[in-house]
Amino acid sequence: MFGDYTLSQLGSIFVMQGFAGLILFSVYVLMALGLAIIFGQMGVINMAHGEFMILGAYVTYLTASFVQSHLPALFSVYFFVAMALAFVASGALGMLTEWALIRHLYRRPLDTLLATWGLSLILQQAFRSIFGAREVGVELPQWMLGSLPITDTIEVPINGIFVMGLTVLITVAVAYIIFRSRWGRQVRAVVQNRVMAGAVGINTERVDRLTFGLGCGIAGVAGSAFTMVGSTGPTSGQLYIVDTFLVVVFGGAASLLGTIASAFSISQTQSTLEFFMSGSMAKVITLLTIVAILMLRPQGLFALKVRK
Amino acid sequence: MIENTRFASRSELVGIAALALLLVVVLPLTLDVFRLNLVGKYLTYAFVALGLVLCWGYGGILSLGQGVFFGLGGYCMAMFLKLEASSPENTKIQSTPGIPDFMDWNQITELPLFWQPFHSLTFTIAAIILVPGVFAFIIGAAMFKRRVGGTYFAIITQAIAAILTILIVGQQGYTGGINGMTDLRTLKGWDIRPDHAKVVLYFVCVACLFGCIFVAQLIRHSKLGRILVAMRDKEDRVRFSGYSVANFKIFAFCVAAVFAAIGGAMFALQVGFMSPSFVGIVPSIEMVIYAAVGGRLSILGAVYGTLLVNFAKTSFSESFPELWLFGLGGLFIAVVLAFPNGVAGLWSDYVQPRLVRLVTPRKAGWSAPNAVAEGAPAE
Amino acid sequence: MLIGQQPKDFLLSVEGLTVSFDGFKAVNDLSFYVDENEIRVIIGPNGAGKTTVLDLICGKTRATSGSIHFRDRDLTKMRENEIVQAGVGRKFQTPSIYDDLTVFENLEISFPRGRSVLGALTFKRDAEVRERVHEVAEMIFLKDRLAMRADLLSHGQKQWLEIGMLLIQDPELLMLDEPVAGMSVSERVKTAELLHRIIEGRSVLVIEHDMKFVEDIAHKVTVLHQGQILSEGTMDKVKNDPKVIEVYLGH
Repeated sequence: MFGDYTLSQLGSIFVMQGFAGLILFSVYVLMALGLAIIFGQMGVINMAHGEFMILGAYVTYLTASFVQSHLPALFSVYFFVAMALAFVASGALGMLTEWALIRHLYRRPLDTLLATWGLSLILQQAFRSIFGAREVGVELPQWMLGSLPITDTIEVPINGIFVMGLTVLITVAVAYIIFRSRWGRQVRAVVQNRVMAGAVGINTERVDRLTFGLGCGIAGVAGSAFTMVGSTGPTSGQLYIVDTFLVVVFGGAASLLGTIASAFSISQTQSTLEFFMSGSMAKVITLLTIVAILMLRPQGLFALKVRK
Repeated sequence: MIENTRFASRSELVGIAALALLLVVVLPLTLDVFRLNLVGKYLTYAFVALGLVLCWGYGGILSLGQGVFFGLGGYCMAMFLKLEASSPENTKIQSTPGIPDFMDWNQITELPLFWQPFHSLTFTIAAIILVPGVFAFIIGAAMFKRRVGGTYFAIITQAIAAILTILIVGQQGYTGGINGMTDLRTLKGWDIRPDHAKVVLYFVCVACLFGCIFVAQLIRHSKLGRILVAMRDKEDRVRFSGYSVANFKIFAFCVAAVFAAIGGAMFALQVGFMSPSFVGIVPSIEMVIYAAVGGRLSILGAVYGTLLVNFAKTSFSESFPELWLFGLGGLFIAVVLAFPNGVAGLWSDYVQPRLVRLVTPRKAGWSAPNAVAEGAPAE
Repeated sequence: MLIGQQPKDFLLSVEGLTVSFDGFKAVNDLSFYVDENEIRVIIGPNGAGKTTVLDLICGKTRATSGSIHFRDRDLTKMRENEIVQAGVGRKFQTPSIYDDLTVFENLEISFPRGRSVLGALTFKRDAEVRERVHEVAEMIFLKDRLAMRADLLSHGQKQWLEIGMLLIQDPELLMLDEPVAGMSVSERVKTAELLHRIIEGRSVLVIEHDMKFVEDIAHKVTVLHQGQILSEGTMDKVKNDPKVIEVYLGH
């Protein structure tokens, strides 16, 4: 399949597809980060994670429309406001969900999965009732449009670079929160031994709620970033949930580094394959490879051997 | 009572008889052919729910990919029917007569190799059982031998459902793509479309369902059924009683897969088409809710749960299409938070004691007609 | 003792056994031997690796290096259920029984027949099974509780039930992890009596803190400390070992 291209063309193809893959990688990482916190740290499967992301996307869309019609002067920077709002909206809904639903089910992971699936259906229908069934797009400010030419044959879109920068920033922040801050230590303490953590004075309920809220909030930010690379519809979130879970599981559930590495390898494989075959076959082959590897190595790429 | 190892206790026999009365006598006498066919379609999902009761309710293995097996069974059946409907005489207007229409539309000029054996009904019936069974065995062996289970297994099965759907949709020349295989007409020359054929197929479906219920009861009342319960409770202890936990899980998963596949095949026969919309993540999880609503530990409950949810879905979708997803979503949450034992649990907790109280004063020793009560896993 | 066997033929030979969890060696180059019909008690302070040793023998934890030979078979290469079928039974520290099943069914599942999938499917509750279950139930003081769901039993009764489940397996090597822990005084006496009866005719490996109980049953005592053997021998010898007194008995 490489025969029809010259060597330099192939080089450009790989770089361009690689870059396209990097955008996909950014979206995966952002979505997976929230999931890695909720699933990796709390052990909760949140099937509505995609809907929390889409909530962030809709908030971004609303902000964009509002700024455009009322404060056109500020349009060039609206995106930062939208991201903050998306974080707050998804985070708040996440905390509400934890309080109303998740906290009753900590010992029943499979039931949590079903209940959050129910929540995802409700959210989807709510989106449809409020925003309509049609997909909406967000208009980007002028400075984000266009691309940077690097060589004659290679150019990269600016919004892609922006999303990537954002991803790096958020990843560093999350890594700091989970692994360096006092609160992160509390989260890990609660995960490892709930009763003991409670006994030494950690407010486990509060930690649970904030952790879940943080994970959902990050999903909201991911939704903001998502509007730059795709259009938003009521069921857009559902399309990504399985991919995102695979990213987290493939990386080894508790490992942040693993999540990033697996998001990278999965997105690169898919976007490179996409150039040589139809998108659906590329996806089938990527997913099949992951599932096959997971069957041989269920603990994922990065995992510790622990004393049970 | 504790020494009872037959396939059903007395009260269960009454329940099975009540279900048989409903499905074999009451519904066919009261419903028109259109509605009866609809019930027949719902019942094909009950096969899936029945399998889930065994593997999820009893074995604790939640598969979110049962649509895969439903689809494999359905597609095997549909391939046979499609080949019969694509005889050279029927398809003489095509550029390549004698192959299914969607292949012709996709510039395929020769029947693919894996389609060839589906000219034979015997092969097709064997494939309906074996393809999903072997596939489930491979997945089960790979996962359970490595001690993978719980949510992790659920995610993997979900991914497999996603993969199969994308594959079917993407390879439309070989599978009929997103529209699926439509326009299925005859089974060995017998037209499956007219009303009387639909009634016959309904009864075939009910017969198969009772066959599966019988098998499920046998398993539940054997020592294997008790081992499944024990495993869900204390997997390690079962291992240290000398059992290979993985093998028992593989068995339960394979049985559930074969049940689902039989349901899929009956679906293709009764509804006259098969499409990827019954394979993917969404239908697969929806089938779990049938088992959950019926009561995850109740074999007969699976049938009632399936019928209830689907009747609700049909009537909601007819009058308030927007409310249905809210309703279904709420159902997922309610059944998990408030009624973990589903309809069967409600029946045995509230209805049955009252019935017993009503009946016993008049005639002692007569057990209540409990249709779905079998909340306790062991007698 | 079987006649004709070589005198150094142990039932269980543990040699050079090591397991490390992420660099921490919970059991470190451990070797010991158990004779046929020997009652061996393992004692040691918390975290000495006692339970880990039982986990390693029964296959719950995989050894990093070393070997565990049971007669002539290497247990480190076998799956848990194969180890059980070879004749090793294990009782856990906290009672591990099936809450959703009745006492009868708990015992029946442990009956050593029909352990394959097909075997379990075609298993018949015949006279032999019923007799054996009743016999064992009588020994473990649960004869009139056979139809009761196991989660309704008291803590002590659950311990007995688990002992009964082991008994019905009829293992050649019986491993007990703190069999009298958490029991009332009267339950303790009954359990001691029960254990005396069931350890006859087989080898037993016991972890126990109750020194009176240990003295009562042990043929030989192994003292573990930080994953290694600190001392081994008769109770008298161990009791007077200055190293043991320092780390364990002295406290």
